Amino acid sequence: MRVPLSWLRDFAPFPGDPAELATTLDDLGLVVEEIVPVGEGLGDVVLARVVEIGSIPGADRIRRVVVEAGGEPVEVVCGAWNFHEGDIVPFAPVGSVLPGGFEISRLKKKGVVSNGMLCSGRELGLSEDHEGILVMHSAPDPGGAERGPVPDGMVPGTPLVDALGIGPDTVFDIAVEANRPDAWCVAGIARDLAASLHLPFSLPEPAQPPTDPDAPVASLATVEVLDEDLCPRFTARVLLDVMVAPSPDWIARRLTLAGMRPINNVVDASNYAMLDLGQPTHPYDLDLVAVHGLRVRSARPGEIVTTLDGVDRAMGERSVGIGDDRRDCVICDADDVPIGIGGVMGGVTSEISASTTRVLLEAAYFTPMAIARTSKRLNLRSEASARFERGCDPEGIDRAVLRLCELLGATAGDRYRSAQGVIDVSGTVPTPTRVRVRPARINTVLGSDLTDDQVIGYLEPLGFVCERESTSVLDVTVPTFRPDTAREIDVIEEVARHHGYANLPRRRPFSPQVGRLTRYQRERRLVREVVAGAGAHEAWTPSLLGPDAHRRVGMENGIRVTNPLTPEESVLRQSLLPGMLGVLVFNADRRQGEMRLFEVGHVFPLPGPERVSRALARSGETVIAEREVLGVALAREGDDARSAAALCQVLIEAFRIEDVELVAGGSDDVPGSGSAPPGMHPTRSARLVLAGRDRHARRSVGVVGEVDPDVLVDFGLDGERRRVGWLEMEIDVLLTQAPRHSPLLAPVSKFPSSDVDLAFVVDESVTAAALRKTIRHAAGTLLESLALFDVYRGVGLPAGTRSLAYRLRLCAMDRTLTDEEVAETRALCIAAVEKAHGAQLRS
Amino acid sequence: MTPPPAAGGEPGSHPIDPEELVSSAVDRLETITTVAALDEAQTDLVGKRSELARAHQGLVSLEPDERPEVGRRLNEARRRIESLIGDRRRELEGGERAARLQADRLDLTEVIAPPLRGRLHIVERTRDELEDVFIGMGFAVAEGPEAETDWYNFEALHMPPAHPARGMWDTLYLDLGGPETVMLRTHTSPVQIRLMEAQGPPIYAVMPGKCYRRDTPDARHIPTFHQIEGLVVDRGISFADLAGTIETFTTAYFGPDIHSRLRPSYFPFTEPSAEYEVTCTICKGNGCRTCSHTGWIELGGCGMVDPAVFAAVGIDAEEWTGFAFGFGIDRCAQMRHEIPDMRVFFDNDVRVLRQI
Repeated sequence: MRVPLSWLRDFAPFPGDPAELATTLDDLGLVVEEIVPVGEGLGDVVLARVVEIGSIPGADRIRRVVVEAGGEPVEVVCGAWNFHEGDIVPFAPVGSVLPGGFEISRLKKKGVVSNGMLCSGRELGLSEDHEGILVMHSAPDPGGAERGPVPDGMVPGTPLVDALGIGPDTVFDIAVEANRPDAWCVAGIARDLAASLHLPFSLPEPAQPPTDPDAPVASLATVEVLDEDLCPRFTARVLLDVMVAPSPDWIARRLTLAGMRPINNVVDASNYAMLDLGQPTHPYDLDLVAVHGLRVRSARPGEIVTTLDGVDRAMGERSVGIGDDRRDCVICDADDVPIGIGGVMGGVTSEISASTTRVLLEAAYFTPMAIARTSKRLNLRSEASARFERGCDPEGIDRAVLRLCELLGATAGDRYRSAQGVIDVSGTVPTPTRVRVRPARINTVLGSDLTDDQVIGYLEPLGFVCERESTSVLDVTVPTFRPDTAREIDVIEEVARHHGYANLPRRRPFSPQVGRLTRYQRERRLVREVVAGAGAHEAWTPSLLGPDAHRRVGMENGIRVTNPLTPEESVLRQSLLPGMLGVLVFNADRRQGEMRLFEVGHVFPLPGPERVSRALARSGETVIAEREVLGVALAREGDDARSAAALCQVLIEAFRIEDVELVAGGSDDVPGSGSAPPGMHPTRSARLVLAGRDRHARRSVGVVGEVDPDVLVDFGLDGERRRVGWLEMEIDVLLTQAPRHSPLLAPVSKFPSSDVDLAFVVDESVTAAALRKTIRHAAGTLLESLALFDVYRGVGLPAGTRSLAYRLRLCAMDRTLTDEEVAETRALCIAAVEKAHGAQLRS
Repeated sequence: MTPPPAAGGEPGSHPIDPEELVSSAVDRLETITTVAALDEAQTDLVGKRSELARAHQGLVSLEPDERPEVGRRLNEARRRIESLIGDRRRELEGGERAARLQADRLDLTEVIAPPLRGRLHIVERTRDELEDVFIGMGFAVAEGPEAETDWYNFEALHMPPAHPARGMWDTLYLDLGGPETVMLRTHTSPVQIRLMEAQGPPIYAVMPGKCYRRDTPDARHIPTFHQIEGLVVDRGISFADLAGTIETFTTAYFGPDIHSRLRPSYFPFTEPSAEYEVTCTICKGNGCRTCSHTGWIELGGCGMVDPAVFAAVGIDAEEWTGFAFGFGIDRCAQMRHEIPDMRVFFDNDVRVLRQI
């Protein structure tokens, strides 16, 4: 909210240093985002009379203007066309400096010397208007010989600041928090600021408007409120013989400084009263309201209202959250035709215009939550809705209306008057809240040592009334303009704010627990270290993907975002693969081809409807069984499925995981894994399977291998030539559920060991892992270590087979093995492998 | 002067002059260029069948009164020859090692190898560091899902449906359940609720994680970002504990010159609420462009847990009080590493990833 300092001074005698005031406002939580000095640098600007306007040969956009500013006439070149000879305009002579530091110098344009500048409202920092020169006074007979008298104070040469009656001012741009509707007006900010500075605050009483006893309001208009839930209080007044005209300069200027555009005296008075006191009002042209009556009701679904901004808006169209009954408050005429959206925006049909003479003035209290829902539903926010949805003061309505009438009185003409009485339809509106406050509790919550008198001293200037209920309880009555303060804790916040957060003590709590990561959290860090140790940089790919991303890697699409910012971020990822391939593409496009990348992040499998229902019924379950996965892309020269498998092995060994197997696609060993993992190379990939107690408990916890060459081509990653290794594992499951090797230390033998090398020729369909398992089993306890040291395919071997060579190191704990024992173990292993896998010992 | 008696030898052999043995050894050793040849010469000069050895054996044939003198001269000769051999050996071995090493020379700067180690992401490392500071203060680290229900993201946090404060966060909703009932969490605060539901007080925990908002990215805001949130619930916890905790963290993480201050603010789930600012890390509080010449930079929000939040999770707000705070991990990383534009995180340009 933009608040001029001069306006704040209507309510309390604030001192002059804007920076200090801004600091105080900040400390109250009324954060000053900008301090804008205005009206400065106008000291040199004077009023000038336009004496002569002439064209410049060869120039069709600028003209030669002679002005007289209290001395000899001077010549200037001007590009504006909105003034005439005889007009009074602001003139900045050569050497003057305008707001923003713009210095006027003598220029020559098209051969004409310009000895200064005629100024627009914007150039003077007085308004946003830059359409033309700020004409202070128009000659009655533009361009004619007749020159009317110049009004008082408009004598050429008069300093502009004197003519406008303005001094330098300061505008504070204040960010008002959502819970402070009282501070959404100048009076409210002044109240808080005055309390903090111990200055007297007063709310001026507006004068009663002239009233016509022969025109009772009830004879002119009717009001019917059909839905008191939406609108608990609705008042209406009728103003008669209103002359619609421009507002006085001071009102226009204040509105401009506050960021609102002056329109006409009626609309401006309504806006001014709202900025002044926080209560929005709505003026209707009474003669444009059918049957001169208003009906306040909830809209019928689909009903259309054309708002002031010319947009057709359909009511009650969609729900905006749990508990929303889609009731929107509309104001209808007496024929039940909607002419405005209550508390949000008026309609076009009854707008105030130059021909308006009778004004029907609405001032109401709308239910904040209803306005919030309607505003959200229509995606329509207005100055009024912003205030109503936070909670206006139902007791502030009458003052605001009187203030409006008072403001209007200055320009609405001699016959302007109010009809007799006010229509006031009141249901249940908020009343002052009584809150029991324990001073001891204040000190418990704040860690402070405040006395009761200090507490009362902070609260009473805010309009809170404190009475001692007992020695330990204060009975605090909270005014209706503070709907945010309804509980003891809310009062405690007020005390803290006015005591000053900086003045509260600081101490450190003692945690009774030892701070540490869980085992999973420690191991997750280790996973990242291990993978980084393998040369992979940690990346951060988006959780939200484009609509096509999953399909491109052969996966089912993920959960959709209903209101994505862009389609490219509209689907929750089910795998890290699409995002990571995108990163490889991005880098490849920048001639960065060789790299390994990894990420640890959440993926979002599709949940069943039962799971969602349970989560929404607050079972405590998460909506989606999110998995935390590690994804590693291996795209260095030479990287392939082997690199991925090797890294997988490193991780499994690093965490001493047991019972994890690689199962190639096509195996029916794992439920639901009939084919190769999606997006993966059909013959160079495998699922990472966590063995369970039985076959059905086996569970896939990841994939390892190479990205499908077709996918690489699709992404433009040179699928023909290049291989990209990919490893993705659900580390949350793996690290918390996979069995681990015993943490107990096994002693090592003191006796020498013997090595046995065995090479088997086996069918390609037999995995090395299976062979290893058989050997391990056959060799029994004598086996100290087992290593695959050679794989051979080609000459000398039948097609479809390869040779796998293992080195067994045998050793006993209690003796040196005899040659016979070694030979016996060797024979057992050969027999077992030949039998189990149809393998042949390679001689 | 009579020549010294010749050293003994085989009876009847020529007497051997020890000095002559020494000088002939000198001549022989001078011609030797390899260690192998030296080994051979050593055998010849001092071995069992050398002249010297024979001279020793010949001592027995000398007169008893001559033996000591001749024996002494022979021993002296042996000592000198062995010393000469040792010198020569060291000389030759040194030369051979030098030649071998020379042949083995390697310029270590000519090594061709990919970077052996990758780098952890700057935001993830920042998260680790922040966690570690709080762990040192006795906090646990709690985590939760990124997709949440309305209850956890809003309602339990004292924001009933359509509460205007919900507008403080632009929410991305998921196509699950009813309209606007499931969303990507807009803050890490839902983890507070889950933690309080799952475990009673006392609680001392921080909750880092990814959050999502429907914001158009700019230099300082990205729609997917990382937040770390803290929650303390215990008996007698006050605003003073909050301010002290924030200050302890600030100096521990940013350094002793950086301090904190709290200013009133509004969050539906805390009361009193505060905005948390730290000394500008660029100018150390002197005022600069980064901090708009205020000397302070806003980092996050905090406050005392609102009793309505305790009510939502069934904690007695009379017995227990608590505070919560939260701020951006990315923002900390941005400040510490002077990252001009956060959007750089989207690209994962490897030239950036490997840099910091």
